[in-house]
Amino acid sequence: MKHLLSIEDMNVQDAIGILDTATELSRINDGQMKKLPTLRGRTVVNLFAEDSTRTRISFEAAAKRLSADVINFSAKGSSISKGESLKDTAMTLQAIGADAVVIRHSASGAAQRLADNQWMSGAVINAGDGTHEHPSQALLDAFTIRKHLGKGSGDLQGLHVAIVGDILHSRVARSNVLLLALLGAKVTLVAPPTLLPIGIDKWPCTVSYDFDSVLPYVDAVMMLRVQQERMTELFFPNAREYSRYYGLNSERMKSLKPASLIMHPGPMNRGLEISAEVADSARSVITEQVSNGVTVRMAILYVLLAGAPLDVGSI
Amino acid sequence: MNVVLSAEDISRALTRISHEILERNHGSSNLVLLGIPTRGAHLALRVAEIMANIEGTTIPCGTLDITLHRDDLRLRPPRSIMPTLIPQSGIEGKDVVLIDDVLFSGRTIRSALDALGEVGRPKTVQLAVLVDRGHRELPIKADFVGKNLPSSLDQSIRVSLTEIDGRDEVVIENRRQS
Amino acid sequence: MSTKYVLKSVVLPNGDKRDIAIEDGVITSISQSFTPDSHVVINTDGSRVLPGLVDLHTHLREPGREDAETVLTGSRAGAKGGFTALSAMANTSPVADTAGVVEQVYRLGQAAGYLDVFPIGAVTKGLLGESLSEIGSMADSVARVRIFSDDGNCVFDPLLMRRALEYVKKFGGVIAQHAQDPRLTIGAQMNEGEISARLGLKGWPAVAEEAIIARDVLLSDLVKSRLHICHVTTAGGVEIIRWAKQRGINVTAEVTPHHLLLTDELATTYDPVYKVNPPLRTSDDVHALREALSEGIIDIVATDHAPHPVESKECEWQEATFGMLGLETALSIVQKTMVDTKLMSWGQVADRMSFAPARIGGYVNQGQEITVGTVANLVVIDPAKNWQVDRDLTMSKATNTPYHGLTLPGVVTHTFYKGQATVIDSVVQEIGDVQ
Ligand SMILES: [Zn+2]
Repeated sequence: MKHLLSIEDMNVQDAIGILDTATELSRINDGQMKKLPTLRGRTVVNLFAEDSTRTRISFEAAAKRLSADVINFSAKGSSISKGESLKDTAMTLQAIGADAVVIRHSASGAAQRLADNQWMSGAVINAGDGTHEHPSQALLDAFTIRKHLGKGSGDLQGLHVAIVGDILHSRVARSNVLLLALLGAKVTLVAPPTLLPIGIDKWPCTVSYDFDSVLPYVDAVMMLRVQQERMTELFFPNAREYSRYYGLNSERMKSLKPASLIMHPGPMNRGLEISAEVADSARSVITEQVSNGVTVRMAILYVLLAGAPLDVGSI
Repeated sequence: MNVVLSAEDISRALTRISHEILERNHGSSNLVLLGIPTRGAHLALRVAEIMANIEGTTIPCGTLDITLHRDDLRLRPPRSIMPTLIPQSGIEGKDVVLIDDVLFSGRTIRSALDALGEVGRPKTVQLAVLVDRGHRELPIKADFVGKNLPSSLDQSIRVSLTEIDGRDEVVIENRRQS
Repeated sequence: MSTKYVLKSVVLPNGDKRDIAIEDGVITSISQSFTPDSHVVINTDGSRVLPGLVDLHTHLREPGREDAETVLTGSRAGAKGGFTALSAMANTSPVADTAGVVEQVYRLGQAAGYLDVFPIGAVTKGLLGESLSEIGSMADSVARVRIFSDDGNCVFDPLLMRRALEYVKKFGGVIAQHAQDPRLTIGAQMNEGEISARLGLKGWPAVAEEAIIARDVLLSDLVKSRLHICHVTTAGGVEIIRWAKQRGINVTAEVTPHHLLLTDELATTYDPVYKVNPPLRTSDDVHALREALSEGIIDIVATDHAPHPVESKECEWQEATFGMLGLETALSIVQKTMVDTKLMSWGQVADRMSFAPARIGGYVNQGQEITVGTVANLVVIDPAKNWQVDRDLTMSKATNTPYHGLTLPGVVTHTFYKGQATVIDSVVQEIGDVQ
């Protein structure tokens, strides 16, 4: 693997390879999170053209724990927000000598544009592009599910995961559907019809408009953030009605199987898609997703950066 | 190609090493064995088993992966990380014996010492290897050696173990001229 | 005195092989074997001659965006592609919504001298869709505007559309509609379907185009005026036009070369060179469009040549502008998609790319049968030869061709505009030097 742009580009071996690496890394660290010398002398640039403190901090922590040098190029005050083209930014990063660029961008396909053009030679890691994909989030979600419900290794055969909410605008949902299906899990998307894309029938998953009919059968339920502005864009009548049909509250939680996990990629709208009691309940692994995020991103950086560049043969 | 250690030779060497370790450390009570994956891990298990038979008690035995501490990562294709499994006893204040198949430049062992430092602070660290082929690049020396095999740099030493390769043997072969 | 030419052994649209002599701007002889005197003899054995191509949909960008294209560079690109007439879209800056602007564009075309540039007038003032522009004075100007379009924008207000259709009846004009419901396409980036769902790019449903076509053919029927549908892209749109024509509604339609060849699969590259309005659709749509052009349900091919500067395309898909070049590749794409596939004869190509567009636009001395005495607007193409598209070699000022690197059939070797060779051996001539 040269880049991490999309789950679509991955095969099962790639995916399990990253999850296994993350498993080993978490074992070594075992909560202590000591610094490893592995990427000493490598430069990782966090290019965040869209605000996301959570993801940026997670990648930054991951890179630093592997001793890479980290340069943050964040939205506010950066040249991208001043209308500098992606090309010019890429050429600057090339001049700096970035070994990897972690890019978050509001335009779908921005990471691929960066990787496909000859503007820079480093690895490109997609940290969320528009409404396209967010592969590192999907990997950390799969890692979290595998740790709790899987064999701790291998794939996710036999598990059933529901992803609930604004599928149409969710890069997390796109990446998760592809990855969970790749790993052999059954995926059901739950949303009002307005928040499901046309053409979804070709995705490797099933679709339901009825949350309550799905809930009792799943091993994990992943709640997606619903943005308030979707209301003004006519996707649903109001927050209360959305919550009534698609929010996860303690009443609904009762119909979940006892061992089922509750997940959320954050940031949460407490009271809208998820109630506070549910988010803070014992079966919620939401904060663990955050810590697993660092480990999985270490694994991604390791897989992409630790070896010799792919175009150089082994010696 | 030349077989330098047969299955029997390997078995004898491991038995001898096991005895030497026990003797040097006055028994097994404070010992922890850590094999360096992949083949070192299997050798460590064998040594632990031999010792258990001698001592009549189980010896804490684990693995220590050094991949994340290697100084030659950039020179080779990406490698996958192997398991690091530290026994319940931990290594704090213990006499740790690192076990590997071949001792060559010493860089692997340097990395192993770094990796060990992440895990804890043993009382002593010792090194046992099946084969020492010389050509050290660092001031590192093995405490227990199965066989010294002086070799030239254009030869390669290949260790096969039943657990991985289906049979036990060590061969020395001339590298293809490039 | 102008140069006299003879095209030796060239194949006419009907398949006959003839010698064609050109003198003083007109065709002077069509015979089995012409004996030249002071003629420049062009060996066109094996090549085909067609009436000069007429484009009803060209963005020449002048005035306002001369960094992307000018009337001169666009004219040279047109000549290179075998065109002898272009229709300059109204979305310039200032907008072509007054007699002054259309006359300026018309005169720039005359001055360039490579082909006729017929300005298209805006339907509404400033393309804003609020009030009618000075349609009458544009029609009466020296530019003799007959086609009116807000292209780029849809005339969305149904009452305004009705009035426009009625108003142009006075002089036999036509409203060319860019059919795109703006409410259904807010922020839209590409065809809505499987690919847009996968790529996370905002979808542009086929219905946004089809609903406007349906509404406008009904309005055209009501007021008995001429309607032209720009760049039809969907199978559903074709069906509505077919239905309207069966009912005798006075509607014509165009398809672009790129919609005859390319599909929305190309968006998976996220390369904005494939970003175009209306968007590339599915292969089912492509097949329906080819079928419709072959049957004549779609009347003409029009390029929607849309030059853009490099920085408008060398960026993220969402930031990029819509549009692609078309003039220099149009005939080759039509050969590849329609002739080489046996869907159309060369005679039909002459109709779809010359006779019919000239008829719709009411263009004088364009789109005529190749006969003795007619103005020598001609193109010679060698259908047996291939060429490779190279964006760095375009005559156009811009480089945003989606065909870069592609090998296409059919090389335009010569273009004659009013008897003057604008292209010789595929090289665009310096018109100023020749005169
Ligand atoms: Zn248009």
